[in-house]
Amino acid sequence: MKEFTYVKAPDMAAALTALRRPGAQLVAGGTELLNWLKDGIEAPDHLVDITGLPLTAVDVGPHGRLRVGALARMSDLAAHPEVARERPVLAQSLLLAASPQLRNMATIGGNLQQRTRCPYFRADTPLPCNKRTPGAGCAALQADDTAQHAIFGWTQECAATHPSDLAVALAALDATILISGPGGERRVPADAFHLTPEEAEPRRHTVLAPDELITGVEVPARPSARLSHYLKVRQRASYEFAVVSAAVALELTAGDTIGSVRIALGGVAHRPWRLTAAEEALRGTELADTDALRAAVAISFADARPLPGNGYKVELAQRAAVRALRAAARPEAPDVHRAGANGGPR
Amino acid sequence: MNTASPAGLRRPDGPAKLTGTARYAADTPAHGAAYAILVGATVPTGRLTALHTEAARGAPGVSAVLTAEDLPDMPLGPLVQPLPMRRSRNGAIDYEGQPIAIVLADGWERARYAAGLVRADYADTRRPVVFDEAPDAVEREPLLSPPDETKGDVAAGLAAAHTVVSATYTTADRHHSPMEPSATYARWDGDRLTVHDSVQSIGLTQLALSTAFGVPFESVRVICPFIGGGFGCKGYVWPHQLLTAAAAKVTGRPVKLALTRTQMFTSCGHQPTTRQTVTLGADARGRLTALRHTSANAASLHGDHAEGATEASTWMYASPAIEVRRRIRHTDRPEPTPMRAPHQGPGMFALESAMDELAYATGIDPVELRLRNEPETDPLTGRPFSSRELRACLLRAADRFGWRDRTPEPRSMRDGDELIGWGMAAATMDTFRFAATARVRVDADGHVRVECGTQEIGTGLPGVIATIASDVLGTDPDAVEVRFGDTELPPAWMTAGSSATMGVGSAVYAAATELKEKLKELGVSGMGFAGSLGAAGFLEAEAGWGPEEGSDLAGRSRTYSMHTYGAVFAEVRVDDELGLVRVARCTAGYAAGRIINPLTARSQMTGGLAWGIGQALLENSRFDGYFGRFVSKNLAGYTVPVNADIPELDVFFVDDHDPHAGPLGAKGIGELGAVGAGAAIANAVFHATGKRLRDVPMGIAEVMAAGAAR
Repeated sequence: MKEFTYVKAPDMAAALTALRRPGAQLVAGGTELLNWLKDGIEAPDHLVDITGLPLTAVDVGPHGRLRVGALARMSDLAAHPEVARERPVLAQSLLLAASPQLRNMATIGGNLQQRTRCPYFRADTPLPCNKRTPGAGCAALQADDTAQHAIFGWTQECAATHPSDLAVALAALDATILISGPGGERRVPADAFHLTPEEAEPRRHTVLAPDELITGVEVPARPSARLSHYLKVRQRASYEFAVVSAAVALELTAGDTIGSVRIALGGVAHRPWRLTAAEEALRGTELADTDALRAAVAISFADARPLPGNGYKVELAQRAAVRALRAAARPEAPDVHRAGANGGPR
Repeated sequence: MNTASPAGLRRPDGPAKLTGTARYAADTPAHGAAYAILVGATVPTGRLTALHTEAARGAPGVSAVLTAEDLPDMPLGPLVQPLPMRRSRNGAIDYEGQPIAIVLADGWERARYAAGLVRADYADTRRPVVFDEAPDAVEREPLLSPPDETKGDVAAGLAAAHTVVSATYTTADRHHSPMEPSATYARWDGDRLTVHDSVQSIGLTQLALSTAFGVPFESVRVICPFIGGGFGCKGYVWPHQLLTAAAAKVTGRPVKLALTRTQMFTSCGHQPTTRQTVTLGADARGRLTALRHTSANAASLHGDHAEGATEASTWMYASPAIEVRRRIRHTDRPEPTPMRAPHQGPGMFALESAMDELAYATGIDPVELRLRNEPETDPLTGRPFSSRELRACLLRAADRFGWRDRTPEPRSMRDGDELIGWGMAAATMDTFRFAATARVRVDADGHVRVECGTQEIGTGLPGVIATIASDVLGTDPDAVEVRFGDTELPPAWMTAGSSATMGVGSAVYAAATELKEKLKELGVSGMGFAGSLGAAGFLEAEAGWGPEEGSDLAGRSRTYSMHTYGAVFAEVRVDDELGLVRVARCTAGYAAGRIINPLTARSQMTGGLAWGIGQALLENSRFDGYFGRFVSKNLAGYTVPVNADIPELDVFFVDDHDPHAGPLGAKGIGELGAVGAGAAIANAVFHATGKRLRDVPMGIAEVMAAGAAR
């Protein structure tokens, strides 16, 4: 295979310096990077291993704010007692992702940087893909093979979706991605970390610059986090990326009336897709009034742009959002591995 | 380690496989070998006009880059899949992934990297011909029964029918996806060739190699200790095997080649998509008056692969009029090949879905409908059944499943967000039988060794062999050593078509019986006979078995209607809002002759049911008609069931003994388990939702549409 140098960064400064070299690529858990190397998606000259950096902690701050180091393993965060109890949507999004073996290796920071599962992007032979080669065109649109593709935020250049379950949950929790770079530290809202092709050329997957790295994720303490739920719709009962997913975090007032709510969807765009108009409309809606929930969610789909192959996603995503709203309000709902939509047979 | 019990014998090879010490072809120590990677065409049609190999040749560790010009002429033996690299000498490209070069390096990773540096120029590419657009064609040389078979007057039967149902069903392109990708290690020693390979027939591989290189059959030795799953894709001989041996010959070095997972999607076959139409006419009591079943499957441009999807419709149900028609469609794609379960796998999905439609159209319970159409003799040929215990399968499985509590109306069972459905289907599989020979030897200390040039493809065959030999000789099965997977051993044919227990088992039975007679002649009884075996210190017998005269090329009986049967009952939970189907439980009963080893037999059936669940709900290798290629050549995009998809499976066998199939009374089981579950699940989804889904696998979008139909 193509030869590259390997260096294990002893500290953050060294990591950032090493990252500035042309052809440098960061590696942590390696569960995604190795795919890229094998599939020819990336061919780095230098690998910068950051697993020696002190970024593995999961801390709960004095006011309940959760701070997760970028190198925390998916399995560690999912198993953290505070997370399962206080932020079910987060634990669910992690446990419904990948396989136990991968979750034991993959890091939180790496998870957010997974690239699309578009089979044309991942193809073994060079097919037109603007994410791979700017200006090459889009094989998925050419072949009209778009069942898995976006219904929001796509362009004629690219209709890929991002695959991270965690990112969707973080968007619903109003989390912040913490980034370090040569210019210091910066904070990016979880729902603004990924870039759609409407926002930047398809080659750019996220706002992260080549010489920056994610140091952690901050999740604010919100009452809504407790009433939260991640619903993942996929054909296989486990170990498959979402066709559509919905993360909901809500606050109830006066019994079963929605006070405030955040909804983010996966599988519909190249970033966690917030239903902001629906969130607005849902304030004051009775949870029991399914028709009202449905009508409010529908507002956010007025501008959905399905492709010829994925019209079903418009309806499916709305149904998933309504279902997740109902499930979030019942924290005693069956655990993720028993829920029909999420897991396997009973 | 092994304990013989009524429950069956544990597989003797189990511990080695579980602990990782079992050796597979790619594990063969290969000192001084070059590692080979194939380079595939990136277009599905046209001509190769230039190959740019300079960069690859200059890459670290690369010893050679071979193209068609470098290779010898290799005549093709029987059942060898077309060798496209030969065709590419005149440049023709027949499918995406077709080998156009071989890169040899001092390590697998380096070979793989260099293979990525090879560039090719193509000309005259055209829009690929795809299944939906290709015309029906008849196979040039049918390998199965005749493409068209007719009995009685179907038009008259339909005209006279009280009820007629007719519908079109499709099954998807599927890939075998064994855990172990195919691998070949070839070493020449003068004119002698030794090959370590992962194949379902070492004998066929030996024949293909000796034909290809013009060396005597005996000069080729093929060794295959274990196979990490074959399911059909290692049955015939494929280009990579001949190319590995050719590369070793022209470079004068041993060569080891492993297909990448990606290449497994283009290099060794797939089960092609089928489009089938079934028309059933029935009288007021549900008895068939006519049955018509037509099928077309995708074939390659030059190949003849036919799925015998219509075959079972000639023997399943009594009908005065039967008409079947089998067609293929030539398309620009890699060669398909049999896959568990061939023929009846796709075919019974259509027939058994149609029977369920007829049950609803006539208002007759689906089990009862099948019982009313149970034939006395083979419906097409009138031949007697060699054994047929379908009735017992249906009745006992229905009872165990609790079928009598079913409310027949669709959408009549619900639990929260989920609709519950119960469905059933009959299963059947053809009986292929192949000849085999075996040698059984006993040492003075009572140690028994059975030798047979067969293959262990993961089914537990060594345990079956040990059970048969120990039964005859009256020894402890744990003390029986079984050797296989080497052409130096007495020859056997393919481990395919669920044939091994009949062929290999019968040969072992014959050899063990002969040995027992020899021992009797020596006056030896029991196995404590140290010193009584003379100077040699051992005694051995070799014997063979083959299907009787007059059987067809695949060992199918022409005297009896000889098949295996089963009944599959499934409960599904359908979240029709979200388009999700999960199988909640399954009961399946099978009649497949005498069961030799109940323990591994059960594993075969539960594994088969998992394949059926995959057929119904998951496995779909999408073919992109624009670029002319399979879209997702990996196990993330091509989804097979995982544990979470497989519920509790209640599997049992009914008493059956087929005296005509072979001396053991046994028949085949491996493929039968993969038949029936697909239709049972689709029928259960109809019961749950009221929507008939005639295309498998059932996608989220289709199941959601079922919800809208309420």
